[in-house]
Amino acid sequence: MKTTLRFGLILSLTTLFFACGESPKSKSEEVVNVYTHRHYKADDELFSQFTEETGIKVNIVNASADELIQRLETEGADSKADILITVDAGRLYRAQSKDLLQPVSSEILEANIAPEFREKEGHWYGMTYRARIIAYAKDRVDPEEIKTYEDLTDPKWEDKVLIRSSENIYNQSLLASIILAEGEEKAKAWAEGIVANMARDPKGGDRDQVKAIASGEGDVAVVNTYYIGLLLNDENEEERKAGESVGVIFPNQDGRGTHINISGIGVTKHAPNKENAIALMEFLSEEKAQQTLANVNYEYPINPKAEKASILKTWGDFKTDSVPFSKLGEYNSQAVKIFDEAGWK
Amino acid sequence: MAKRTTYWWNKWTGAAIVILLLVLTPIFTILVKLFDRPGEHWQHIASTLLPSYFGDSILLLLGVGSLTFLIGVSMAWLVSVYDFPGRRYFEWLLILPLAFPSYMMGYSYVGILEYTGPVQAFFRNTLDIHFTGAIIDIMNLPGAIFILSVSLFPYVYVICRASFMRQSTAMQEAALLLGSNRMQMFTKIALPMARPAVAGGIALVGMEVLNDYGTVKYFGVNTFTTGIFRAWFSFGDINTAIYLSAILTVMVLVLIWLENIQRGGRNWNVGRGSSKPAIRIRPQRKGTRGLYTALCLAVLSISFIFPLAQLFYWVSLTWRDVVDAEFGILIFRSFSLAIGSAVAIAVISIFLLYATRLSPLRWTKHIARTASLGYAIPGAVIAVGVMIPMMELDRSIKWAVSDQFGMILSGTLFILVVAYIVRFMAVGYNAIDAGFQKTGASVNEVARSLGASPLRTLWKIDLPLIKNSIAGAVLLAFVDILKELPLTLILRPFNFHTLATKAFDMATNEMIAESANASLVVVLTGVVPIILLNNALSQRHGKAKKTQPRVI
Repeated sequence: MKTTLRFGLILSLTTLFFACGESPKSKSEEVVNVYTHRHYKADDELFSQFTEETGIKVNIVNASADELIQRLETEGADSKADILITVDAGRLYRAQSKDLLQPVSSEILEANIAPEFREKEGHWYGMTYRARIIAYAKDRVDPEEIKTYEDLTDPKWEDKVLIRSSENIYNQSLLASIILAEGEEKAKAWAEGIVANMARDPKGGDRDQVKAIASGEGDVAVVNTYYIGLLLNDENEEERKAGESVGVIFPNQDGRGTHINISGIGVTKHAPNKENAIALMEFLSEEKAQQTLANVNYEYPINPKAEKASILKTWGDFKTDSVPFSKLGEYNSQAVKIFDEAGWK
Repeated sequence: MAKRTTYWWNKWTGAAIVILLLVLTPIFTILVKLFDRPGEHWQHIASTLLPSYFGDSILLLLGVGSLTFLIGVSMAWLVSVYDFPGRRYFEWLLILPLAFPSYMMGYSYVGILEYTGPVQAFFRNTLDIHFTGAIIDIMNLPGAIFILSVSLFPYVYVICRASFMRQSTAMQEAALLLGSNRMQMFTKIALPMARPAVAGGIALVGMEVLNDYGTVKYFGVNTFTTGIFRAWFSFGDINTAIYLSAILTVMVLVLIWLENIQRGGRNWNVGRGSSKPAIRIRPQRKGTRGLYTALCLAVLSISFIFPLAQLFYWVSLTWRDVVDAEFGILIFRSFSLAIGSAVAIAVISIFLLYATRLSPLRWTKHIARTASLGYAIPGAVIAVGVMIPMMELDRSIKWAVSDQFGMILSGTLFILVVAYIVRFMAVGYNAIDAGFQKTGASVNEVARSLGASPLRTLWKIDLPLIKNSIAGAVLLAFVDILKELPLTLILRPFNFHTLATKAFDMATNEMIAESANASLVVVLTGVVPIILLNNALSQRHGKAKKTQPRVI
């Protein structure tokens, strides 16, 4: 009995010790603290490669961009975070407008990342981009019938269109891009047209929309490219089959181009390890790291020297919408309002 | 004597009250904030979202309450009154769904029933039957009711079974002799007598429902807990989050109060000592016996076997990518955090209980009981309640000592351990209290009268006597902490995941198959204490078990 109790006491003391010991141990250990919304294995691989090459330890907090931004705000000047990574320009813009990021400049970053993929003062830089494309049922839809996002509002697609909730930032940015290109009136008409054609109430993620095409619930869906790549490479045969049942359309090729969105990275306002943060960003922008990101996650690399994953190559090149990403963030709240008015859940 | 009373009042009772106040601080903090003004987004939330928070929360409570009542009571009645093949195994197998956190059950079921899941794939590939559209769609309110019910019914089942087993056989026999059939015996005698047990079980279920975050978030149901997260993280409005927490706390307190009222101080206990051990009825017709076995098997399959099989399937697909050294560290951290906190809970419980035993004042016992209040309060609320005073404390430390100490408490595991203690105090406290009650005060008094100090008496006499209860308390708290999600999500420090947050994270990021690895560890860990506890319980009922079934 005595030993059990002693064991218990020692255990609880160790836990408390280990609990308090989480605070910064020594100044000599080089670290970089990353708050990230990205949750992919490729990222973890790159972070450990970075540690191997530089000796700088990467600490990661994984959460949704909203949570991370909230946390940065709460922590204020006490924050240990050095870097914020989000999967959407809209959230980078939000972080920037809340004064949570600081401008940085680096020759490497500027050489690797074209001006349209970075904020003009250096508050954030793009990491990868993805296209929001239209997936269609190969056996039921003639891809020639759909050329633009606007075509989806045609009454012939009534009860056929699948798309996720308006709470989703990818949709918010897409609508923002339409507001910018066509004006508020037309953007609202588009949202209403989509709502009228929806096959079901929006639910699930992008993969779920593709599976709903496979199940025959709808015929066309608006999704991000890399989800199709992930489906086509899933361990589960049924998931692969679902991925194979759809084809890909890059919309608006004759006009403004297909809407793309970036996954991006910025240095936090109060970063305690600013130098390390910049080193990590530079590392991620180099060809080798970009190659990994592109291959493992089926995203488009931002560094033009890096090659696309083979599945993306089969889809070919396409014209991208060149509206500045910060504009998408600026028009985010207007987009949300339009969604609400259009009754898009 | 009087002198000594005063003396111990100072030392033990005084310290106990200090601990108690610390444990209750988060709840007080939240309640006080009810009188504050809510944040800037309150207007928007109150007008557009609050009705659906109320509506969905209440529908969920009613739905899950009725369904767990139905499943829990019928299963309890079946295994405690009838004898049929496999009955002895179903008795404890039916508790196993408790090892399955509701949200993980939700992921499993979506996986089983979705388009690419085994059910639809079987129909499609083997039978060539294609379901077009969403035939089996559970990601909605009815789906959430189903998931929460099949994972929470054991609360009602366990408590009802205990009650049915305790009920006097004589009374049931009298009813049968007076011409009641078995249905009337159940509705007129057994069920009314078990009423407090049933109500207690359903109250527990209700608290779990209000605490749930993982399932409702995944299924797109709007409850107060999702509202708290939304206000805090999406709108960035912590004051509105606190305000919502306060409303939720009041709802829970009303729930507890209603449960107390309906019990109304009446004594429902039927002389335990006088009742004969239960004699089970063995239905004469083979078909009836088979039907009962099939019923139990169906409930067990739906609530445990099918979702577990889905987890195993996913793990078989993904373990190569997921199970590595880092996964080992994740398990280690998760386990040591849960064990450390569970031990802390046990130590504090022992201290509180022993202090009340030493105090001659009766009301200390009632006060100590309020330490268990945290269990009723949803995790997200506890998290908010712990966060506020801790950040204040951090600020004062920073101000008083040095700028070097930036957020030394609120950014670390310390705050998480404190929150676990507040939330799961009841689990340890009740288990250890049961142990203390069995030993009686006399042994303790003998030791004291022979000149041993209270501490020495506690160490040498009481603790060895109740070591099994202590082990049970640590085990129960350990499993609960391992499963905990909302509180951990809010308070976990930098760079720290538990198995629960990792599984949630992956599942919400469309990596459900990968998340199954963490889920499986949590579920299998939870199974162990349930089996151990059940063995302990059946040893107590050992005699009843050996009696021959009677054939009617």
